[in-house]
Amino acid sequence: MNGAGRPGGGATMAGVVDAVSVVVCCGSGGVGKTTTAAVIGLDAARRGRRVVVVTIDPARRLADALGLADGLPAVPERVELHDGTGGDLPGELWAMMLDTAKTFDGLVRRYATDDAQVDRILENPFYRNLVSALSGTQEYMAAEALYDLHLDERFDLVVVDTPPSRHTLDFLEAPGVLSRFLDHRVFKLLMLPTRSGLRLVGTAAQPILRAIGKVVGSDVLADAVAFFQAFAGMETGFRERADQVVALLRADTTAFVVVASPRHDTITEATWFAEQLVAQQVRVRAAIVNRVHPAFGDGTSDEAWAAAHAAALSGDDVVAALWRNVAELRAQRECELAEIQPLLAVAGGTGPDAVPLVAVPLLDEDVHELDELWTLAGHVFSALPPDRG
Amino acid sequence: MPPESESPLRSLTASRVVVVAGKGGVGKTTVTAVIAHAAARAGRRVLAVELDGKPTLQALLPDVAVQAISAAEALDEYLREHGFGRIAKRLSRTGVIDVVGTAAPGIDDIVVLGKIKQLERSGDYDLIVVDGPAAGHAITFLTAASGLSGAVRGGPVRSQANDVMELLHDADRCQVVLVTLPETTPVNEVIETAFALEERVGVQLGPVVVNAVDDGATLPEPRVAAAAVDELGAAATLLAAAAFRRSRREMERAELERLADRLPLPQIHLPALAVAGLSATDVDTLSARLEAT
Repeated sequence: MNGAGRPGGGATMAGVVDAVSVVVCCGSGGVGKTTTAAVIGLDAARRGRRVVVVTIDPARRLADALGLADGLPAVPERVELHDGTGGDLPGELWAMMLDTAKTFDGLVRRYATDDAQVDRILENPFYRNLVSALSGTQEYMAAEALYDLHLDERFDLVVVDTPPSRHTLDFLEAPGVLSRFLDHRVFKLLMLPTRSGLRLVGTAAQPILRAIGKVVGSDVLADAVAFFQAFAGMETGFRERADQVVALLRADTTAFVVVASPRHDTITEATWFAEQLVAQQVRVRAAIVNRVHPAFGDGTSDEAWAAAHAAALSGDDVVAALWRNVAELRAQRECELAEIQPLLAVAGGTGPDAVPLVAVPLLDEDVHELDELWTLAGHVFSALPPDRG
Repeated sequence: MPPESESPLRSLTASRVVVVAGKGGVGKTTVTAVIAHAAARAGRRVLAVELDGKPTLQALLPDVAVQAISAAEALDEYLREHGFGRIAKRLSRTGVIDVVGTAAPGIDDIVVLGKIKQLERSGDYDLIVVDGPAAGHAITFLTAASGLSGAVRGGPVRSQANDVMELLHDADRCQVVLVTLPETTPVNEVIETAFALEERVGVQLGPVVVNAVDDGATLPEPRVAAAAVDELGAAATLLAAAAFRRSRREMERAELERLADRLPLPQIHLPALAVAGLSATDVDTLSARLEAT
């Protein structure tokens, strides 16, 4: 397994990205997903694509590395940069940070029948809570934003860095958060479907609603009821939209990439994502494992320990210390490669269906300059010869 | 030189409840296990708590009591114990925790903290170590009680929230231990989280635990190394490996210094172990570090 893994099928990361118009990065927190999304975007721009990278919660450093002094905005902003040799990029790189609340507000504005309905909803405290309190909303909005950007003529590639939760895949099966809400028994208790749409049922007759009122306070419950009532007019629009988003996620032109680090927990999570995708009949197009200790020479850690021992016996303490260092670094790498094995199986091994499994090396310093992002791009895509070890 | 705590275990367990918090991937579960194990070995009656439904903490602590708390169960239990048994039955039948949680934001966090408070008050344990939520959620988790909407006036949730605030504001009863890695982004996050917690929650902050610090043997100086390997076939490998390790250590050192500079909290360092997934044995090894003074 090397930089831009070429298992039997001949698939490469560059090939994967070139063939699609949407890339979705899944995986747990702390594995370098945001950096990976940026690197994929960077390389695609170098190859002539007009890319927008949507991040969820990027480190300030990423914005700095991309030259965005005020951090990443909630609408796409063009990133001015060169290709590492001083030349201009043939394509374009844009970046933005998802604003969950604004995205949801946008959906409400789109599907409301009139301004009064928009106001009633946007000012409703239950709605405001929903945006931050209901789990899965951020993922739902990431999928929404992805859809909007896919239709935006400025871009021919959208790269999404998803929140580090398992809810990312809720939207492949049903409209995720939306269905959890609209199929909810409480909603159904409140709203009766009639020929002309949904109608609010009186709350006094519902013991469950009274019970909820006692627990959370009746004022709060009134807000919830008001929200459902206001929302009723938009339900169809939301559903249709959600269906379109799901269709895009399931399309051949969307690539799901699982990202991990060589740790048991993140590999388990990446493997889980991959299995869920397979169960949904969606293909994993690539797997990327970040922060793998690089190789130093071709030998094993045992060989290095033996060399250290031999050097110590001949009184060569400096050389012994250097060999011990090599042994430790090799031992770490060997551990990590063993840990990656389950993901290798998921990526199809070396058979004809194999997808790229890329091991990206841990660099000798932190990634917070553009040069380092280009170095990582070189490892992921093996296009630029890496100028660091 | 960054400040190191004199008696790590003592400072980490200065309160009855310790909430371990940090960005995803920094090793909160590991640190929770290490603190719990070390305290148990020192003879205290310890309970470890996990909130995310994963079996990891239990696997790391074969000899310590571990309890899983979920918001849905905590809410159900709370209602039954406070005379709302019939309501509890109806709520669980319809599974409305989502709506309730959205209607009164933070309610699930409040009942979870309420359950922790109940365990603390029970007198069954000297120490309760909680594997807390990831950094972003840690703040909302702890502000849930004070942030409870003014519309929720009387009733069980309000009184639960008040009790929780009392717990969080009492340093003898509760402190938050933040965890980080000696790298730029985790350090930035821990600094931000610490200030946000101080400002918005007013909870006591314990020492910061820095995980996976490279504390291996000193490497020979570059000039000395170059001279020593001069004739060797493996020279390039030996020197490249040394340069790599040196560079990463320098990066870690700089980040630890920056952390000490920006955050006036004692630091406790746990060494990097050459494994890709920790086991109960590793927890034992790391615990020994906390007991050393």
